[in-house]
Amino acid sequence: MSELEHYSLTVNGVERQVSDAWIGESLLYVLRERLGLPGSKGACEQGECGSCTVFVDNAAVCSCLVMAATAVGTQIATVEGLNDDGSLTDVQEAFITEGAVQCGFCTPGLVMAVHHLLDHNDSPNEQEIKEALSGNICRCTGYGRIFAAVDTVISVRKGVSS
Amino acid sequence: MPIFIPSSLTEATQLLSKNPDAHLLTGGTDMMVEVNFNHRHPDTVIALRNIPEFQRWNIDTASGLVHIGSSVPYATMEHGDLAKALPALAEAARTVGSPQIRAAGSIGGNLGTCSPAGDSLPVLAALDAVVHLQSESSRRSVSFAEFMVGPKRNSRLPNEIITGVSIPITNGWQGYAKVGVRNAMVISVASVCLAIHDNKVRVALGSLGPTIIRCTESENWINSIGLANIDHSLAKEFADHVRAESRPIDDHRSTAEYRRHAVGVLAARLLLRGVQK
Ligand SMILES: Cc1cc2nc3c(=O)[nH]c(=O)nc-3n(C[C@H](O)[C@H](O)[C@H](O)COP(=O)(O)OP(=O)(O)OC[C@H]3O[C@@H](n4cnc5c(N)ncnc54)[C@H](O)[C@@H]3O)c2cc1C
Ligand code: FES
Ligand code: FES
Repeated sequence: MSELEHYSLTVNGVERQVSDAWIGESLLYVLRERLGLPGSKGACEQGECGSCTVFVDNAAVCSCLVMAATAVGTQIATVEGLNDDGSLTDVQEAFITEGAVQCGFCTPGLVMAVHHLLDHNDSPNEQEIKEALSGNICRCTGYGRIFAAVDTVISVRKGVSS
Repeated sequence: MPIFIPSSLTEATQLLSKNPDAHLLTGGTDMMVEVNFNHRHPDTVIALRNIPEFQRWNIDTASGLVHIGSSVPYATMEHGDLAKALPALAEAARTVGSPQIRAAGSIGGNLGTCSPAGDSLPVLAALDAVVHLQSESSRRSVSFAEFMVGPKRNSRLPNEIITGVSIPITNGWQGYAKVGVRNAMVISVASVCLAIHDNKVRVALGSLGPTIIRCTESENWINSIGLANIDHSLAKEFADHVRAESRPIDDHRSTAEYRRHAVGVLAARLLLRGVQK
């Protein structure tokens, strides 16, 4: 049943070899179990929770629904690579300062979704923010703190002190 | 290599002929759920994401058709010129899953799965869309009604690939409405697409039978009355006609009784929106 596979993926700008993989493996599984990048979380493995959100060619998608071997030749970006030097991004800082992290399981996926939103729209309204984050489930915070973090990033990026 | 990523349609159809057991993959939002839960064990996969014509769409005003390649994702249908040409499709696309699902999930995949709850399907049915299929040796186009033959069953032959759809542009209002348990990330419990063309109403229902149901009796009834005469009480009668044509079942998402109620409410609401009353 299982086939041996060798292919390479470009993750956070670096070409990585994947070997001895079964073709049906999801990108989430390959990132976490084969490439040592456990930042992306797996909770549902059916596209419902968003905790596995990564960028594939700049689109925010659920890595649990990407067949890893078909992502050859794409640019994959994970939460580990948001800043080249590994320092925290403004979104991550805002999540901390606004108390948007409780158990933290949803956080990497939400951080990716927020970056994706604000990279495409620097002044989203409330409805746009809610819609953009509607694919990310958080069971702890009740979302208020997360929306506060998004508002903080928007203000800081506009040079308004928060 | 059990995974193929062809860069042309010719290459893809040849690969499928040579590998008849291959699984076709577009966005993966249906297929990977099955793979992750061990319901599907692909040994050979043909990923269609690199076929340029599958990613294209165009609005051909001369022929009055919008062509959408099978890999075009919902995210593309939600905004811009495509949404202006096909507002009902844009509304349907916006109800699909979440932004992450809409970035990957495609119209070709929705047709491939052919679930009665597929949100693009009532739109294709109401707008008289045509589905294009191609094999190594032939190509054909079938109406949506001929394409969907049952729940998760379509008339695609094993050696055929869905290349895209052509959707006639209507000259009247069109819209889509869906009921589910919440606003985001929800498979429909009942859905309706209503479109007006040459002052005639067309209605198609999702999640209300084994296939998408085109309500020809309800259409004939309301069209014999004429759009100009529609008021709230006629809209209520229209709801009952649509309910009578629906074939809902009880399942894990809803009861048949609730579905029958909901579909009438949605149909009447869309009709009144369509005639601006
Ligand atoms: C969390 C979640 C929420 C969802 N919500 C909705 C929703 O609200 N509404 C809805 O309608 N759907 C929903 N879906 C289902 C899914 O996203 C859609 O059906 C989508 O259109 C599938 O497209 P895809 O490109 O991802 O298909 P894939 O998974 O790639 O393929 C689906 C099927 O079609 C076949 N196929 C793919 N492309 C072709 C082709 N070109 N020719 C022939 N066969 C082909 C595949 O072999 C497979 O059997 C949801 C899925 C998830 C995971
Ligand atoms: S693990 Fe991918 S969406 Fe939940
Ligand atoms: S902080 Fe626990 S799930 Fe969001």
